[in-house]
Amino acid sequence: MKTKVLMAILAVVIAGLIAVPWIASYFYVFIFTEILILGLFAASFNLIFGYTGMLSFGHAAFFGIGAYATALVLIHLEWPFLVCLLVSMGASALLALMIGFLSVRLNEVYFAMLTLAFGMMVFAIAYQWRSVTNGSDGLAGFTLGSFGLGLDLTLANPSVYYHVVLGIVAIAAIVLYLICRSSFGMILKAIRQNPERVSFAGLNVRTYRLVAFVIAGTFAGLAGGLIAPFLRVASPELLHWSMSAEPILMAILGGTGFFLGPFIGSAAFVLLETWITTYTESWMLVLGIILAMMVIFFRKGLLGTAIDWWMEVKK
Amino acid sequence: MSGIGAALLNSLDIGLLLFIIAVGLNIVFGVLNIINFAHGALYMLGAYLAFTLINIAGMPFWAALILAPIGVAILAVIIDRVLLRFIYSRDVADSLLLTFAILLIINESVRMIWGSGIHVVQPPDLLSGSVQLLGSSVATYSLFVIVIGLLLLAGLWYLFNRTRVGRIMRAAALDRDMAEALCINTRLVVTGVFAFGAWLAAVGGVMAAPMRALDPGMGDKIIIESFIVVVIGGLGSFPGALLGAIILGLIHGFGGRYLPEVNLLLPFVGMALVLLFKPNGMMGKGANA
Repeated sequence: MKTKVLMAILAVVIAGLIAVPWIASYFYVFIFTEILILGLFAASFNLIFGYTGMLSFGHAAFFGIGAYATALVLIHLEWPFLVCLLVSMGASALLALMIGFLSVRLNEVYFAMLTLAFGMMVFAIAYQWRSVTNGSDGLAGFTLGSFGLGLDLTLANPSVYYHVVLGIVAIAAIVLYLICRSSFGMILKAIRQNPERVSFAGLNVRTYRLVAFVIAGTFAGLAGGLIAPFLRVASPELLHWSMSAEPILMAILGGTGFFLGPFIGSAAFVLLETWITTYTESWMLVLGIILAMMVIFFRKGLLGTAIDWWMEVKK
Repeated sequence: MSGIGAALLNSLDIGLLLFIIAVGLNIVFGVLNIINFAHGALYMLGAYLAFTLINIAGMPFWAALILAPIGVAILAVIIDRVLLRFIYSRDVADSLLLTFAILLIINESVRMIWGSGIHVVQPPDLLSGSVQLLGSSVATYSLFVIVIGLLLLAGLWYLFNRTRVGRIMRAAALDRDMAEALCINTRLVVTGVFAFGAWLAAVGGVMAAPMRALDPGMGDKIIIESFIVVVIGGLGSFPGALLGAIILGLIHGFGGRYLPEVNLLLPFVGMALVLLFKPNGMMGKGANA
């Protein structure tokens, strides 16, 4: 019964998402494209935070690298979009392997500091290496050519791009979900709860943490590859730690204990941002206050709080 | 030869300034077991308060050096009593998240109050010239930073090793429950230590104000530098903080002079090397996951 209700809700949501370009204005097509891309970014972050218990403050490094990789390939090689995304995923996987190798060995406090520091290192490189990254201005002026696989799609059309993003994010989310549900995902959960027990069981915790870190980085890179053509620019801000704060807040906002939490958090975040920035410039101030309140009072997020409330009512 | 002498002195003033800031981070970690992400923001607040006291209120530099850190320490007491008290008993991730939220709030508040532009604080007349030393011309203010840094270093060493307050702090760092059983008011110690850490950050901020331009990103830069210092030296280690700060000072002092094109990257390379060979830092222990 419970799963049937859930499936029904999910089916309605998916049907609604597919229908967005026909029932809503262009403004909302853009909003929903952003929600989906940032949702994937946050879901990839939650694989290491919510599932494995590693709080990274440098996840934007992989997101930004993905964006730069797609932008660079589009500018210099003009390959099909699907190939660009694969390059983005490869680049961020490699970067995640390097940063992860140095960071996952140490405890939570060190891990937080190291991911932040290495994230800002990548930011510094993008900022200083002007000949490749065009410094603080970022890379712009690239155009999307073909999609790949012989499909004839006008990617410049926001509605078409929205559907492409929806399809890719849906596939990526299913893959991430299967990873979380697999025995590998169960081990990650066990590591969050008790790493000593897991290593006593004969498993190499460090390797599992590293693999989780690389998978999360790879999917963040995919999200980055999707954001560059959407924003029409790959700039250092995508690598800055304020960008790393966004998936943290989305995951906490939606609920770190649920697979769909980050997507709900992303929707709440983007809608809130759109609404608040019409009133004030100081979005980061509001973001900080919301984060503090969520951490202190609603640690389970919107989804967790709603489920707790529902259970209470049913009793 | 004079180039090396100047680079050495330059390294020393950067290093000691970093030490003042990183040791505050370290002391707070030692007793409270949290990494304060907002430490750099408190440093920035110290610098901006000094700017207001000196350039707007017309006070002398010395008054700002006393008053601005006290103001920041009072704010830290409020932060501790209003926000942090909720999460002391929780998982370490919550304290990281909450201090990160405080960092976002302070950063944006500074932008709102003082604007995004650059502000400049002049050093006091007494320290604005330069002197001949080791065959090269050195800014008097740099020497002043070195002297104050060494005085604080000696003062902190004395505080922790020779006074009752220092012994109470160390006891609370070792075993808070045991300290409580021995009639030590650990709530007071925790609030006091958090305020003391903030005071140190703000002293660093006021000292840095005449050397660097003030902008809303200055706190971000310093918190990352402080993280590098404690990772190199070892988290929670007092000599480690000094060693890490001096090493980073040398990287900046010599790197800026001889390798300007990769200058921004060098601190991270240094940190990565230490992590490869000594994952717990040069003087740290027990950080393995």
